[in-house]
Amino acid sequence: MNLMRLLAVAAGLVVLWQGVVLVTGVPHFILPGPLQVIRAALAHQGPLAHHAGITLVEIVSGLFLGTLVGVSSALSMIASRSLKRWLLPILVVSQAIPVFALAPLLILWFGYGMLSKVAMAVLIIYFPITASFYDGMRQADPEWLELAKVMDAKPMAVVRHIRIPAALPAFASGLRVAAATAPIGAVVGEWVGSSEGLGFYMLHANARMQIDAMFAALTVLAVLALSLYFLVDYAMNRIVFWQKEERKEDPKT
Amino acid sequence: MPVNSGRYRSVEGSSSNGSPGISDLAPGIFLENVSFAYSEKEIFRGLNFTVEGGLWTCLIGPSGCGKSTLLRIISGTLREGLTGSIRFGGFARQEGFTAWMAQKDLLLPWLTVLENVCLGARLRGELTEEKRCKATMLLESAGLSGYAQVLPSRMSGGMRQRAALLRTLMEERPVILMDEPFSALDALTRLKLQDLAAKLVRGKTVLMVTHDPLEALRLGHRIYVMHENRGRLSRAIVPPGTPPRKAGDPALASLQEHLLSLLEGKESA
Repeated sequence: MNLMRLLAVAAGLVVLWQGVVLVTGVPHFILPGPLQVIRAALAHQGPLAHHAGITLVEIVSGLFLGTLVGVSSALSMIASRSLKRWLLPILVVSQAIPVFALAPLLILWFGYGMLSKVAMAVLIIYFPITASFYDGMRQADPEWLELAKVMDAKPMAVVRHIRIPAALPAFASGLRVAAATAPIGAVVGEWVGSSEGLGFYMLHANARMQIDAMFAALTVLAVLALSLYFLVDYAMNRIVFWQKEERKEDPKT
Repeated sequence: MPVNSGRYRSVEGSSSNGSPGISDLAPGIFLENVSFAYSEKEIFRGLNFTVEGGLWTCLIGPSGCGKSTLLRIISGTLREGLTGSIRFGGFARQEGFTAWMAQKDLLLPWLTVLENVCLGARLRGELTEEKRCKATMLLESAGLSGYAQVLPSRMSGGMRQRAALLRTLMEERPVILMDEPFSALDALTRLKLQDLAAKLVRGKTVLMVTHDPLEALRLGHRIYVMHENRGRLSRAIVPPGTPPRKAGDPALASLQEHLLSLLEGKESA
């Protein structure tokens, strides 16, 4: 299974890491070994859990809000041509401006708390969500739409029963990308200005040369991001149930 | 050669009691002086064509001659660049008259077979328990009773196209337009599905585009050959006997040759 392979790869990387530490003998304040990191994680588990909780809330709210905004934009673009003309440039701009460059501004506007980090995450995932969902709806098989037209279908029924389900596989890809990138938004936001969260904790540990604690925070962040990704992946596979069925068909043809 | 009459036919026994709904009628299709251009390219000019009500008419011709375009003009999906008049019986309006069946089954992969068969009602917001019952009965009549709750991906190509035929019938439209509906199937499945279709659509007005002369000869009450020259049509060919004719019918063999020579453009109609 996918998850088993991931665990195997992770285990392999940890072994390699330990090997590098043993062979080169780098000092622990440059690259601590995995065991040291685990020890640090256990020693700092209280603060780590606290900061991880903050970051997780930021990521999940960002993902939720970004998906909401993205899905609404895509739906309005499908529903109305004039809305599409106004929203399309916004969509492109949201992707063209490097969000990292906006981070200081967002901190200025939304403050040092969670809001600015959620805004970062929303900005970063708005494009993949909107673009994937909109493209998916637009690329619904024209022959389906033609059939619906001969059936005298109501326009909203076509969106609901044909365009949206047809877009779900593409939307699932967009959502996977979003789940993988939303943590970046949150952590970058924390780096630029915050007093809580894993990003803040990492900077803090780095400044105090607690490299093992920094690595521990990094590991927690990776585990959070990966769990979120696999959760989204699992949920979308359940929702887009027919795609698996179709894939089963493929080898025959 | 009999010339096709433009009479307005109704299915036996339906129009006598009270006012018939349009689904009870089998109107002829009347195209008068139809011209159509698609992005500057002229496809039809001044086309006059009558499809007799209640009969199965086959349109055969080389690819790219505009057969499918003609079907789409009649179905109402192509309107831009269209001039001339299209009538169904005495009516000028196109909504509610036609049902569409394509080469692809166009079953939605996320709906069960039963839901797919009821798609039209669902898209019009008219899905009722009665419609579901009717669809279930149709599935039984077509030998698909065990597949109502199955996803289309679990079925073979022939079964999927059978479901598509039932979805077309569920529309209860008086005119059925078919665009090479059986051409993606293997030979045996194709013959079986042709027989089923001939049985189930009896009495409706059918216009089918095909590139298979044998198919046209098995199913058509009337056959027209379309030429590449701006939709020029041959005179009607009327094969003997009633469809579905046997594939091995010797009378069809000579007609098939005639059709092929018409298709090659050797004999001008």
